[in-house]
Amino acid sequence: MNPVRQLGRWALARIARLGRASLFLYQVLIRVWRLLPRLGLLIQQIYAVGVLTLLIILVSGLFVGMVLGLQGYNTLVDFGAESVLGLLVAKSLTRELGPVVAALLFAGRAGSALTAEIGLMKATEQLAGIEMMAVDPLTRIVAPRLLAGIIALPLLAALFTAVGVLGGHLVGVGLLAVDDGVFWSQMQSGMDFYDDVLNGVIKSVVFGLVVSWIAVFEGYDCVATSEGVSRATTRTVVNASLAVLGLDFILTSLMFGEA
Amino acid sequence: MAKQTTLELWVGVFGVAGLLALSMLAFKVANLSASDVRQGYRVAARFDNIGQLKLRAPITLAGVRIGRVSDITIDDDFYAVVTLTISGKYAKLPLDTSASILTSGLLGEQYVALEPGGDDEYLKDGSELQITQSALVLEKLISQVLYGKAESGN
Repeated sequence: MNPVRQLGRWALARIARLGRASLFLYQVLIRVWRLLPRLGLLIQQIYAVGVLTLLIILVSGLFVGMVLGLQGYNTLVDFGAESVLGLLVAKSLTRELGPVVAALLFAGRAGSALTAEIGLMKATEQLAGIEMMAVDPLTRIVAPRLLAGIIALPLLAALFTAVGVLGGHLVGVGLLAVDDGVFWSQMQSGMDFYDDVLNGVIKSVVFGLVVSWIAVFEGYDCVATSEGVSRATTRTVVNASLAVLGLDFILTSLMFGEA
Repeated sequence: MAKQTTLELWVGVFGVAGLLALSMLAFKVANLSASDVRQGYRVAARFDNIGQLKLRAPITLAGVRIGRVSDITIDDDFYAVVTLTISGKYAKLPLDTSASILTSGLLGEQYVALEPGGDDEYLKDGSELQITQSALVLEKLISQVLYGKAESGN
């Protein structure tokens, strides 16, 4: 009887936590409009999660693009199809690698920082202090961080993709002597703005929401001790990465399933 | 205050860079400016067999892309009806323009090639192309050659 009861307790705890997270998101979202007169808060958070993540995004984007160029060339050259290298690099970056890898890096670089920051505020009772001063912590602390993530990640993913395409160009045209004109023209005739670019942007908006949601919730819901904060930070990175990869499959099958 | 200003500056730079990257993806990578088929006119063409022709396949005239395939259906007599959306820039195509489905390269995708005729009137939204040539289906071609050989007694 006991293992079954354990399992039931575990499942109930999970479901309760999911419900708490959903209510938390709802509570934050209905407060987002209150940020309008206080855009300074939002700017500050976009700096923290966006600008400070820029370096890792740009460097990884460049290398991912360069590796794609190298691997794609070696595969395509066997079929004499190295002219479509540009299309291969651009399609894989805009559809998948740009949004997903940028979201994973974002979860590791910005999401963990968000959780640690909010968790520490809770552990040191700053959140309670703010509430005592009749300032709503959801409006003042959580809402700008959530919104900043939703705004920053699509921009980061776009930068990742653009730098990646340039990296693929660098290797394909500069190193492996694919013709420059063919590289771009094959890419332009094969790519579609709505199918490829716009769907990639939609993906990264969804990932931005989910990663920042998980990050702020884990911080807000953590056990208020130093150990609790460290566990919450770990959980943020693990859960956000899993959520991004799982959601990516669902979004991909919705967007490209029937084509 | 000075710190807040540099911070705002950086966020501004970040936003501009992100939007620049997006517009590069839109215009340089996906060539959005050239694919303005949404403001084109639609012409129907009936084929016996369209082979592997797909939605959004290019329509070319003299090798220049002038539109895209926007719809593929079947009519009551089991002909494939392909709707060609041609960019409004190329409005002066003669009424007896013919359409054929060709393949780019040996294994490439299929596209619709238009061949202008000599009519004085022009195609307009809703017209139908009268002269069409179906796609070449490789398997049929091979079986025709094989049967031909068998009949001629090797």
